[in-house]
Amino acid sequence: MRGRPWALLLLAAVLAAAAAAADIPEADRRSGYELMSPELRAMQDDELSNPGMFSVLDGERLWQEPGGAAGTACAGCHGDAEESMRGVAARYPAFDAALGRPIDLAGRISQCRTERQEAEPLPRESEALLALSAFVAHQSRGLPIDPPDDPRLQPFRARGAELYQTPIGQLDLACASCHDDNWGRRLGGSTIPQAHPTGYPLYRLEWQALGSLQRRLRNCMIGVRATPFDFGAPELIELELHLMARAAGMAMETPAIRP
Amino acid sequence: MRTLINVPKTANKGEIVEIRAMIAHPMETGYRTGENGVPIPRRIIHRFTCSFAGREIFAADLFPAMSANPFLAFTTIATQSGSFTFTWTDEDGTTQSAAAEITVT
Ligand code: HEC
Ligand code: HEC
Repeated sequence: MRGRPWALLLLAAVLAAAAAAADIPEADRRSGYELMSPELRAMQDDELSNPGMFSVLDGERLWQEPGGAAGTACAGCHGDAEESMRGVAARYPAFDAALGRPIDLAGRISQCRTERQEAEPLPRESEALLALSAFVAHQSRGLPIDPPDDPRLQPFRARGAELYQTPIGQLDLACASCHDDNWGRRLGGSTIPQAHPTGYPLYRLEWQALGSLQRRLRNCMIGVRATPFDFGAPELIELELHLMARAAGMAMETPAIRP
Repeated sequence: MRTLINVPKTANKGEIVEIRAMIAHPMETGYRTGENGVPIPRRIIHRFTCSFAGREIFAADLFPAMSANPFLAFTTIATQSGSFTFTWTDEDGTTQSAAAEITVT
């Protein structure tokens, strides 16, 4: 019983700290790019030294390739991606009226593949889906992130914002504890970034491969010893909605490089 | 396997030019295991060469400690117009080539 007030006091202190976790002011927003070494930035900037470009080129080939029972290529319906896909990735996730929930870019591409090409679905994180996503998102490189002002997205975005502030895992840390309160500081060998989703899919040196935002988010969840949400889970898309809103106006970098 | 080659399209005679070459390759060490615990077989490129007009001008031996998608950059002196040939050889002997032209004035 004696310990009780202490526990309450502690809880209050923790909550106060949580309440103090303010959003990053717009002037202080930094892409993970800006926290990298000049060498890695140069690697990202030069498309001839950026290994993420291999996936973009694979995606370009897949874009032209007739597929599925319909025998139609992506290009057959969408034409030149440089025009038709310009800016598309910058405004995803978007609301899908038929599903009644938001869908991310990879989900939309899969949908076109299964419903319109009548082809086998591409598993999340498969090379082909990453390549198509990278190719489509590359058409937005340099364009500002532009989250849709769609009221139907609001409840999902709000849930993402809530998840972002909720402590999870055995380490009991929220995304905000690291990415809002401690960005720029070191955690082990890494600099904690602000968690802007500007570059996905991106080539991570640690992965030695291209990976999706969902893979990145799952890594962070495993890092705090939480059970990660499954690939494609609604929670991951809600988090993405929140991250895109936080990063509104920042430039797309796909395919980015990260350490 | 895809390659990305960067050779200047034109150069002045006697100019030092930078050449950059990258190949999509897993450079699998053979020490990793896949999801089901089965070892992923070793697969590495062990030699890279670049020749100009049939003559070797640059070569490198590669080892398992190199990252996936090896990137190599080197310089040479532009002497005449012609074609660079790049060759990557896997341990099992398979080779992969790419070429790039330069015009020297
Ligand atoms: C048979 C025609 C057809 C094929 C083939 C097709 N699509 Fe689509 N796709 C559409 C239509 C129609 C829409 C628009 C749906 C909408 O606006 O609601 C669309 C929407 C999209 C969008 C979202 C665009 C936006 O502005 O939100 C993306 C991304 C996309 N497709 C990618 C692909 C890719 C990648 C492929 C090949 C794997 C592909 N599509 C194949 C017809 C097709
Ligand atoms: C314990 C601290 C910590 C927590 C908690 C954490 N992360 Fe991270 N996160 C990191 C670090 C460190 C990196 C950079 C990894 C590296 O470069 O090695 C990172 C990277 C990221 C990135 C990549 C940014 C870029 O530039 O590409 C995103 C996005 C991200 N985290 C989102 C989240 C989300 C969402 C959560 C909550 C579910 C979360 N993180 C929880 C530490 C954390």
